[in-house]
Amino acid sequence: MIVAEQKPLAEMKTLINGAENVLVVGCGTCVTVCFAGGTREADIVSTSLRMATKLDGSPQQVTHSTVQRQCEWEYLDIIEEQVKAADIVLSLGCGIGVQAIAEHFPDAWVVPGLNTSFLGLPTEHGVWEERCAACGECLLAVTGGICPVARCSKSLLNGPCGGSENGHCEIDPDVACAWQLIVDRMSSKGKLDALLEIQPPKNWQNSRDGGPRKIVRQDLRLVEFED
Amino acid sequence: MENGQSSASNGYHAGSTLERMLRAGHFAVTGEIGPPQSADASEIRHKAALLKGCCDAVNITDNQTAIVRMSSIGAGTLVVQEGLEPVIQMTCRDRNRLAIQADLLGASALGMNNLLCLSGDHQRFGNHPTAKNVFDIDSLQLVKMVSDMRDKKIFQCGEDIKGSEPRYFVGAASAPFADPIDFRPYRLAKKVAAGADFIQTQLVYDVPAFAKFMDKVRELGLHKKTYILAGVGPLKSPGMARYMKKNVPGILVPDELIDRMTAAGAAWADKKPADMTKEEKSARMAAWKAEGIQICIELIKELRAIEGVAGVHVMAIEWESAVKPIVEGAGLFPRPQV
Ligand code: SF4
Ligand code: SF4
Repeated sequence: MIVAEQKPLAEMKTLINGAENVLVVGCGTCVTVCFAGGTREADIVSTSLRMATKLDGSPQQVTHSTVQRQCEWEYLDIIEEQVKAADIVLSLGCGIGVQAIAEHFPDAWVVPGLNTSFLGLPTEHGVWEERCAACGECLLAVTGGICPVARCSKSLLNGPCGGSENGHCEIDPDVACAWQLIVDRMSSKGKLDALLEIQPPKNWQNSRDGGPRKIVRQDLRLVEFED
Repeated sequence: MENGQSSASNGYHAGSTLERMLRAGHFAVTGEIGPPQSADASEIRHKAALLKGCCDAVNITDNQTAIVRMSSIGAGTLVVQEGLEPVIQMTCRDRNRLAIQADLLGASALGMNNLLCLSGDHQRFGNHPTAKNVFDIDSLQLVKMVSDMRDKKIFQCGEDIKGSEPRYFVGAASAPFADPIDFRPYRLAKKVAAGADFIQTQLVYDVPAFAKFMDKVRELGLHKKTYILAGVGPLKSPGMARYMKKNVPGILVPDELIDRMTAAGAAWADKKPADMTKEEKSARMAAWKAEGIQICIELIKELRAIEGVAGVHVMAIEWESAVKPIVEGAGLFPRPQV
């Protein structure tokens, strides 16, 4: 899932500065699961902003609403009236949600209430870790299901750098060394030999480096073709 | 060497002094220069003068510890002017495959012919922690890329190099004691398979542990396919020894050596640093440094006795004046002429 965290309240306050009516929009999908932008958080954020701006002596109207999935235009229709009534929409969706609102409601002014962090999973209650960098050409089959692109700090494809120590990455004792994990897993499966093969330079064309990405599935498109 | 058939008519991959020294069977000595955090050429010239004559070639670090410094190739040019042979260090942190190949064409045109391929320290450690890193290719892919530029006359994309190809004596690093430790000889094997002509290791202080690593290296036959230069460096103080043991991944410092360093400063042991005069402090520093140099000499002699060790890489960054006494003490001076 997409993992995000809230911006500090002070920053959100700056982002909504000057607006009379603010609409906080939560999302019922990934950011609900990571406790950053679901119904509960949208409620707390709008209450906090109401109180904070009141204390500052320039109270702002802050209401909130949560859609099931902020990253699809069709799920946004139900908040159309509320968006029209607001001077600023503070989205508690991921970066995709913010942009979906901006695209769907061109007249609205949308600002992000979250910092979208990574694609990952919860490893224990209250802890999320990155797992995938959406590189566009998955090579998990050669690394025993552990991603070196997202999880090795240097995205090394041919084995550990010299900084690996006691299972940790050189950048931080709290970060696991992906290559220690890969070597352990491959040897437990009796497949260490596979790691001796030289992985060629990666084709980054299908990752963000190749420019913004787009997938077109002709079989699923609803448009009629002339020929 | 079984590794790579040279296309050069003289039979050498690059014909650098370092390559010729190793090929002739001499025990090689390389040194290291860390470029300044400024455009100051005199600092490089000064360091080069200290190393000239006692090293066959000197590594020039590439934004070492992710701190911006004069570029390795820029500093290497100055080193060449001083009559010393550089080993250009190239990390994958700051440049993509385009920039690396372009810089290597330039360095070759400027007469540089030794290269050490590294992943590079993460920028989090340096003075620009907010930078974006590159890591387009890794150090092993870099070894392969430059070997192919030389032997196949192709760029990484597969296109032919029309005209002179850059000819480097290609090196890679090995960290014998870093985790996962059992994988280290295989990682070295991969680098050799990718085309590493020579290997420089992380600092070795624990000779028995290194000998064990070399047992595995010989079992894999790697010492016959590449030249292995063991990394050594003089300890400056007991504090430095303890710091390295505790904080630097992949460096083992036996307690025995820490004790020797401590004993070297025993005459001042009952004095608090605050109570010591300037003269006492410098006398203690001199005693520590002398012991550090002595230990380094002994390490070189022990490492030289291990089958498959083809030379030493002496790392005395910011203490370049230590290199000459070390090389002399180890009986490796004067350097053979090849
Ligand atoms: S290899 Fe690429 S697609 Fe696969 S998990 Fe890693 S980043 Fe994601
Ligand atoms: S320590 Fe491990 S995870 Fe960290 S950069 Fe090195 S190989 Fe990658």
